[in-house]
Amino acid sequence: MTEYALEVENLRKTFGDHVAVDDVSLTLRPGGSLAIVGESGSGKTTTARMLVGLERPDSGRIRVAGRDRSGAARGRATRLARAREIQMVFQDPYLSLDPRVTVAACVEEPLRLHFAMTSAERRARRDELLARVGLGEREADALPRRLSGGQRQRVAIARALATEPKVLILDEATAALDVSIQAQILDLLAEIRRDTGVAYVFVTHNLALVRHVADDVLVLYRGRVAESGPARDVLAAPEHPYTRLLLHSLPHRGWDPARIAADRRALATATRERPPAPTSEKRSVTS
Amino acid sequence: MTTRLLEIENLTVRLAAGQAARPIIDGVSLHVEHGEAVGLVGESGSGKSVTCRSVLGLFPEGAEAAGGLRVDGADILTMSPTRLRDLRRRDASMIFQDPRASINPLRRIGDFVTEGLRASGVSRKGALDRAEELLESVGIRAPRAALRRYPHEFSGGMLQRVMIAGALAGGPRLLLADEPTTALDVTTQAEVVSILTRLQAERDMGMLFVTHDLELAAAICDRVYVMYAGRIVEAQSAEGLFSRPRHPYTSGLLAATPRLESDRPPHGVPGRPVSLSEAPSGCAFAARCAHARPGCTEHEPGLREIDGAQVACLRAEELIHD
Amino acid sequence: MTAVPIHRRRLLAPLARIAGGDKLVTAALAVLAVLIVAAAFAPWIAPYDPDSVDLSATLSGSTPEHLLGADQSGRDVLSRLIFGARTGLLGPLVVVIVSTLLGMLIGVAAAWHGGVVDSVLSRAMELIFSFPALLLAIILVAVFGVGLTAPVIAMSVAYAPYVGRLARGVALQEKARPYIQAYKVQGWSGWVICVKHLLPNIAPLILAQSAINFGYALMDLAALSFLGFGVQPPTADWGAMINEGSSSLLQGAMLPALAPGVAIVITVVAFSLVGESIADRVARREQ
Repeated sequence: MTEYALEVENLRKTFGDHVAVDDVSLTLRPGGSLAIVGESGSGKTTTARMLVGLERPDSGRIRVAGRDRSGAARGRATRLARAREIQMVFQDPYLSLDPRVTVAACVEEPLRLHFAMTSAERRARRDELLARVGLGEREADALPRRLSGGQRQRVAIARALATEPKVLILDEATAALDVSIQAQILDLLAEIRRDTGVAYVFVTHNLALVRHVADDVLVLYRGRVAESGPARDVLAAPEHPYTRLLLHSLPHRGWDPARIAADRRALATATRERPPAPTSEKRSVTS
Repeated sequence: MTTRLLEIENLTVRLAAGQAARPIIDGVSLHVEHGEAVGLVGESGSGKSVTCRSVLGLFPEGAEAAGGLRVDGADILTMSPTRLRDLRRRDASMIFQDPRASINPLRRIGDFVTEGLRASGVSRKGALDRAEELLESVGIRAPRAALRRYPHEFSGGMLQRVMIAGALAGGPRLLLADEPTTALDVTTQAEVVSILTRLQAERDMGMLFVTHDLELAAAICDRVYVMYAGRIVEAQSAEGLFSRPRHPYTSGLLAATPRLESDRPPHGVPGRPVSLSEAPSGCAFAARCAHARPGCTEHEPGLREIDGAQVACLRAEELIHD
Repeated sequence: MTAVPIHRRRLLAPLARIAGGDKLVTAALAVLAVLIVAAAFAPWIAPYDPDSVDLSATLSGSTPEHLLGADQSGRDVLSRLIFGARTGLLGPLVVVIVSTLLGMLIGVAAAWHGGVVDSVLSRAMELIFSFPALLLAIILVAVFGVGLTAPVIAMSVAYAPYVGRLARGVALQEKARPYIQAYKVQGWSGWVICVKHLLPNIAPLILAQSAINFGYALMDLAALSFLGFGVQPPTADWGAMINEGSSSLLQGAMLPALAPGVAIVITVVAFSLVGESIADRVARREQ
């Protein structure tokens, strides 16, 4: 069996007395796509931040492309190596680009840091990356504030791809966009994965999105894994009441918000009395 | 014929201050009957929020409005400031997107819910009793104690319930909800929506529900208006919108929404949503429309009645989207 | 008749453009421009040598020869005012440069590292805050002797925490923004991120504070000169001029004390206006 692009074991992170992430394990094969699903307070964003090294786990192990990346990146070499393995696209395209840096410079910066290139090579690679996300010369000279939300998110994707990572974390990367734009970005991401073989971790609250973007899904509830497995199976026959609640919460025709509200209260009461039990082994992603 | 609860007729709002002069919405007409839930759907720049806020006489700075804007027959555009204040306090109230940004963090929940009541002459004791009832009706446990607490002690979902309680204090007949659940988690959204729709039905209020989420609007509203670039492009029953979307933009939005029950991947609409000031002549959607013909960029299509739906598309008869 | 206003408008046009069309700010910029020119070219502009004595004109009041009169020693007040702009501007300039650099270093270091570094630096800033600046200056005068050096060092130290506190606050905000996190994920070192990206983005706000500080530093240094700790008579200095001129007030001669007093007030207000205007513009750009 080939080695995993990303392998996480028993990750735990606390802030003061608050346990943000508790015993989270997951794996992602090269070129695969995993969705981490949950609401605010589920620990999904903290997990994502630990994966890229923005937070340090209290305990547990993170292996990216077979190398241990659990600790802090001490020294330049480790820092750069890590950046070439895993990158991230953030939620808010209005805050995730440096307001003073043009689109072209934004994509060139990581190239300059990571690769020994002549400036001509760098410019060529930059144009290639921008073309890859559907941006041209006109956008290249612009500052972020002149771009629309969708265009900015394209820039953020090009910037993340510049280091040629094996894994790309997409932290609610389409949540702030208009629906008609979100679909464009999803198309683009699917195309990039097909062409480059990069693996995705979609961090999202939207289960309907999961169906179309992920092979596997990990549902987090209050910092713990409620359920995990192939996306198709989990969405078709959810086993954990929280997964069911999330599914029912999506507005649709014949939607009954009152019932969902009742289910949510029931779940909250149940988990207060007894913490959520891990679900059966047959659907662990590590199979 | 009785007067409609809310009647907007050919409303146009434009910024008129010097160089910033630009239109924001153009010829918007819509209505809400007593006890009816109406959705107003659009993406960024569509003018949906401006339309909603204009009902309370809240216009962007330096804006000029023209057209008809009546709540229970009373004209908002010519109303005196005093009368307008009364209207906001008693007849029509609004719930905003971000509850934390629209409540004073230094004041207690009780002050927030009772301020309108006190201003309209209810005694302190009476107002507190009423506030307690209201908090109870939006599902806040131990409402008496909650009155003494501060906004930061509540989660976003709980705070939005408080906002709803505050909006209901004056016993309004019209509720204006401006993306009230966008900032909330999905399960919290369901809970807040269930409270909102229950109270709306119980109190026989009319509701204008503004959202970017077509599915959400269709799930809770009787009728839905779809806005694009400052104009209404389609209006019909929620049911009809899904089974027979008439405007290419509406069907584009439906196709772009990721769906649980469908294997078909979401399909994007090319280009990006524009605002009215950026819109070219003719149909504002023409540049992104797969069905556009040369004629589309020449004439701005007006709303036409087709099988009970109102559509602003030159080719609406020829195109049946499914 | 019309030629003059048009000519004047042409001169002011670039300033008005910088001021964003605000009349008060344009006026403030014009005042500062006049001051700088006066300080730089004092020997050419001033009608007399600042130290030359014309005993016949002693406490003369405004005359065609001495537009602002002469002081009790018969020296031309206007000339002394023009030469006074030199120490008047030089002292605060040094104070502002040193305190801004020091404050930014402390503030950004505290914000970036957090934890113990933040606690230590923040306590240090509070310590300086709680120590009266004038007292510090007087102590340093005891060490270095009277003159400009001791007050300038004291003010530089005393003003640093004002910049530091602001820098720490905005740097904390900026650090949490996704674009800074994106730089971290790209593998840049903290040092490079701070110097190349964080500092330039927070600099306009710091600059606004520094412009306001300039006015206050000018006032404080003038006060020290007035008290006899700073620039010593007979050197032309606004603070020292007020001191010398105050004795003539009893004899009914207002100008020797009033002229430098008004100069100080106008300069301080001008710097405040410019500072506020920069801050406003940053706030507008943010939203």
